[in-house]
Amino acid sequence: MEPTVAEGLLEQALQLVAQAEDSRGLDQVRVRFLGKKGELTSQLKQLGALPPDQRREAGQAVNRSKQALETAIAEREQVLARAHLDARLKAERVDVTLPGRAHEAGGPHPVSRALDRILDIFNQLGFAVATGPEVEDDYYNFEALNFPEHHPARAMHDTFYLPDGRLLRTHTSPVQIRVMKGQEPPVRIVAPGRVFRSDSDQTHTPQFHQVEGLLVDRDVTFADLKGLLADFVNAFFEDELEVRLRPSYFPFTEPSAEVDVRWRNADGSPGRWLEVLGCGMVHPNVLRNCGIDPEAFTGYAFGLGVERFAMLRYRVNDLRLFFENDLNFLRQFR
Amino acid sequence: MKISYRWLKEWVSTELDAEQVAERFTLAGLEVDSVDPVAPALDGVVVGEVLAVEPHPDADRLRVCQVAGDSEQRTIVCGAPNVRVGIKVPLATLGTELPGGLKIKPAKLRGVRSEGMLCSEPELGLGEDAGGLMVLPEEAETGAPLIEALGLDDHVLEIDLTPNRADCLSVRGLARELAALLGVEANGPPISAVAPVHDERLPIALDAAEDCPCYIGRIIRNVDVGAVTPLWMVERLRRCGIRSLGPIVDVTNYVLLELGQPMHAFDLARINGGIRVRRAQKGERMTLLDGREVELDPDLLLIADHARPLALGGIMGGADSAVDDGTRDILLESAWFNPASIIGRGRRFGLATESAHRFERGVDPALQRRAAERATALIMEIAGGEPGPILESQSPRYLPTNGKVALRPARLNRVLGTRLAEEEVLAILRRLDMSVEVGKESLEVIAPSARRDIAIEEDLIEEVARVYGYDRLPTRRPGGRLRIRLPGEAEVPERSLRTQLACRGFQEIMTWSFVGEGELEQLDLLDGAQPLANPLSRDMAVLRTSLLPGLLAVAGANLRRQHEDFRLFEIGTCFSSTGRGFSETRRLGLLMTGRERLEHFSGKPRALDFFDLKGEIEHLLAHNRVAGAVRFQPCSRAWLHPGQAADVYVDGERLGWLGQLHPGLVEHLDWPAIAFVAELDAGRLAQRDVPVFSELSRFPAVRRDLSLVVAEDVAVADLLDEIRRRGGELVRRIIVFDQYRGPGVEKNCKSLSIGLIIREVSRTLKDAEVDALVQEVVSALATRFDAKLRG
Repeated sequence: MEPTVAEGLLEQALQLVAQAEDSRGLDQVRVRFLGKKGELTSQLKQLGALPPDQRREAGQAVNRSKQALETAIAEREQVLARAHLDARLKAERVDVTLPGRAHEAGGPHPVSRALDRILDIFNQLGFAVATGPEVEDDYYNFEALNFPEHHPARAMHDTFYLPDGRLLRTHTSPVQIRVMKGQEPPVRIVAPGRVFRSDSDQTHTPQFHQVEGLLVDRDVTFADLKGLLADFVNAFFEDELEVRLRPSYFPFTEPSAEVDVRWRNADGSPGRWLEVLGCGMVHPNVLRNCGIDPEAFTGYAFGLGVERFAMLRYRVNDLRLFFENDLNFLRQFR
Repeated sequence: MKISYRWLKEWVSTELDAEQVAERFTLAGLEVDSVDPVAPALDGVVVGEVLAVEPHPDADRLRVCQVAGDSEQRTIVCGAPNVRVGIKVPLATLGTELPGGLKIKPAKLRGVRSEGMLCSEPELGLGEDAGGLMVLPEEAETGAPLIEALGLDDHVLEIDLTPNRADCLSVRGLARELAALLGVEANGPPISAVAPVHDERLPIALDAAEDCPCYIGRIIRNVDVGAVTPLWMVERLRRCGIRSLGPIVDVTNYVLLELGQPMHAFDLARINGGIRVRRAQKGERMTLLDGREVELDPDLLLIADHARPLALGGIMGGADSAVDDGTRDILLESAWFNPASIIGRGRRFGLATESAHRFERGVDPALQRRAAERATALIMEIAGGEPGPILESQSPRYLPTNGKVALRPARLNRVLGTRLAEEEVLAILRRLDMSVEVGKESLEVIAPSARRDIAIEEDLIEEVARVYGYDRLPTRRPGGRLRIRLPGEAEVPERSLRTQLACRGFQEIMTWSFVGEGELEQLDLLDGAQPLANPLSRDMAVLRTSLLPGLLAVAGANLRRQHEDFRLFEIGTCFSSTGRGFSETRRLGLLMTGRERLEHFSGKPRALDFFDLKGEIEHLLAHNRVAGAVRFQPCSRAWLHPGQAADVYVDGERLGWLGQLHPGLVEHLDWPAIAFVAELDAGRLAQRDVPVFSELSRFPAVRRDLSLVVAEDVAVADLLDEIRRRGGELVRRIIVFDQYRGPGVEKNCKSLSIGLIIREVSRTLKDAEVDALVQEVVSALATRFDAKLRG
């Protein structure tokens, strides 16, 4: 059987489809054969000229060719799209080992870093954060904390004074007073902040940071204080370090203690005892000064130096580095 | 306080060595800072006795000695000029390592075998005399270890006493403490009254009885001030850090160390009439023992005679009345001064004397007579003399006494978390020399007179805990009734600000809270600066009024360290003292310098500009949901570029400033690059609003872009405000996407391209509605700003 005209056109069109290199070429084929005036379309229009008994068959043949061509175009389109994508992907390939586009990373100061860690631990134990002013008066910094007016304990705090007699707080303990005066027990706070001593040498800077802790409630004992601080130290250093409390003296706590931690040598063996914080049971005079009945309530307080903890934790060997703000130093802690 | 371990052991019998004693003290609250041997380790060095000395056959300057030591007699070749038969000298036996590192081995010296070495002082680290062998006392036992023979097997404990433990500022006090800790007795040398051999007296008047309620004097005649203080006393003083200054002063210092009673000796011949203990008169002057002439104030206590001041009571003697080489008769003083009358006075003259240190903290008020007797006996033993009667002036009502303090064992257990039995508590108190009466619910306790620190129940609880041992007290893990105390959601913790800034490439710094006045003045920030009364230095003399000086100092230092691209921030307190009062505010300071980003192969990064900094601030405001309308307004600040300086307001309240650092200042600071700086109120930044949901729109938004030409001086913010006012809720966002000046735009004008994102919540807007809205906006802008649509 002779190929029909439609089949002939189809063959011709299929060749053109196979040769098409892009969607424009395919469009041309589509328009030429399938468009309103396309060569296959016009075959349909010419059906009317055929005798009626041939029309049906000839029509079906034209439609078959049209469908075949449409399928071929669609397939070719997919092939071309895939090829196009492949080419694009190939062209867009980069060396992923080249550096990214960035600005210098920022970071917290190492003292902030240690402070955040300290506060995280106490927050978990239900201690809320409280703050107070850095310029204090004698009452909050000393008197209410049971420092007698003429007492050598005051001389231990090298105090910066303002000409009017106010002072830069020498510790964060005044926050204890401010909180207890404003709140009935139970009290459970930590007070971070900057403190000042007029002392400057290799191991002292005229300003540093402390965290004060205070818990006042019924039936609070020295045993609770021991347990809390041991847990805190172990949490902070992520190590089961030996902790010991040693009697000491602070006017605002009694009994008072210094807390020592048994440091580890490089090989992990127990090393030196290092003093890390001071603590004690809140002195009854301090409770009374804040309107709290020491017979009904007891409490403990502790104070620690943030720089000290930062030095131990990050093995910084010179306190003064913290306030020199050398970027080469600070960027080690970001 | 420095103390000799051997001296202590004379009072307390114990098998513990110096390190162990130190450990006991430390764990009882008497922190021992160091334990040092008084002499280097000299293992292998013994007392040698020279039995025979022969010339060396082959060397003129060497001699061959026969020396008896710890074992058999040995031959030693020696070059010292002072070697002779019969002397006892240090013998370093074979195998000994001397402090200098020299190891003693058998050697042949010019053909003669030598089995050890005879030593000089420097070779043993015991002194300076290199002129020959160190000659030992006759009575030194041949063969005994040298350290033992010389009493050098001692350690000095340096104890860092807390101010409440004045009772431990003596051998007696520390011995009592150690005895209490060990549960044994402390026994010092016996002290008995010395009988007077004459009846010479001197009137003593306590004009300031409250300051000095007890003054004991004693005249000792015909003392020999040229007598030599015995070696044992000199050594003890030396080990406790006190230099020998002659027999009389040595004895008073010795009693101070032994018993804790500061004493003084006057040259009797220099005292006019008698002793008068009184306050100084304003303007009165005297010359102190150290040679300085000082002017006195009425709050100073004086030991005066009937004519003039003799001594600063309890602090330091005067030069005029001091014992010197010509002194024959002395007046010995043993007094009790009120701590409140002494404290701080010495420091005024830069004096920190052993005496003031003790009186400030409180001396045992029952000690004065015994100390006087002890000193008298020692002076007579060393320098002879004829003692007179004890001259005692007292005002007992001003002398402190220890009253009864009640200790409830139940309370003790409640505070410590212990279950100590009453008997146990009682035993500990008695070990501390407390007298205890057992009452119904409490123990009635009287502390010994030396303890000035026992006044309330807690003092006793601490004592019991201390002696019982903190390490033995129970431990309880954290627990208790938790109560949720979170900051409100509208509060941004500073920590969150710090994290945000760190994520944006800012490095946190911490600078001094004090700055120099000049530094502030140069920046025109001196206004309201609060000076310190006692600054450490001129450049730390006032409290900072701004974070800017710190930022500039740190940036400058790091630019000098060759950092080019960095961003700094600090959050800290600034202080201001004005007519309206004093305020402390938390501020956030920012500084950026260098390029917008790090150098990159893809292209040169551009330099930072004003809008990088402004963008950071806008980001902070947006991220922290700072509630209120934000507005940036040109401002003028001495330290900022006049054309790139703005104040930022939130709801009309000034939040802070930002801008480019003034190029003149950059030049003055000698910086290689410009910088952008800002300071914001961190407290205000920390208040945000809590989000409330608003209905989502499911309908599409349309964007219309306008190109407007306006006069140069029109602030874009005003233009945008007008658009918002006209556009109302339909205008969701406004984008300024271009600014243009040049051909096609009139002079002194700028062209702005502004995109409006328009959307209605409940329906799709029709084109005509959008057109009408845009038209309304355009005409409003035309009316208000003479804005023209650009072709």
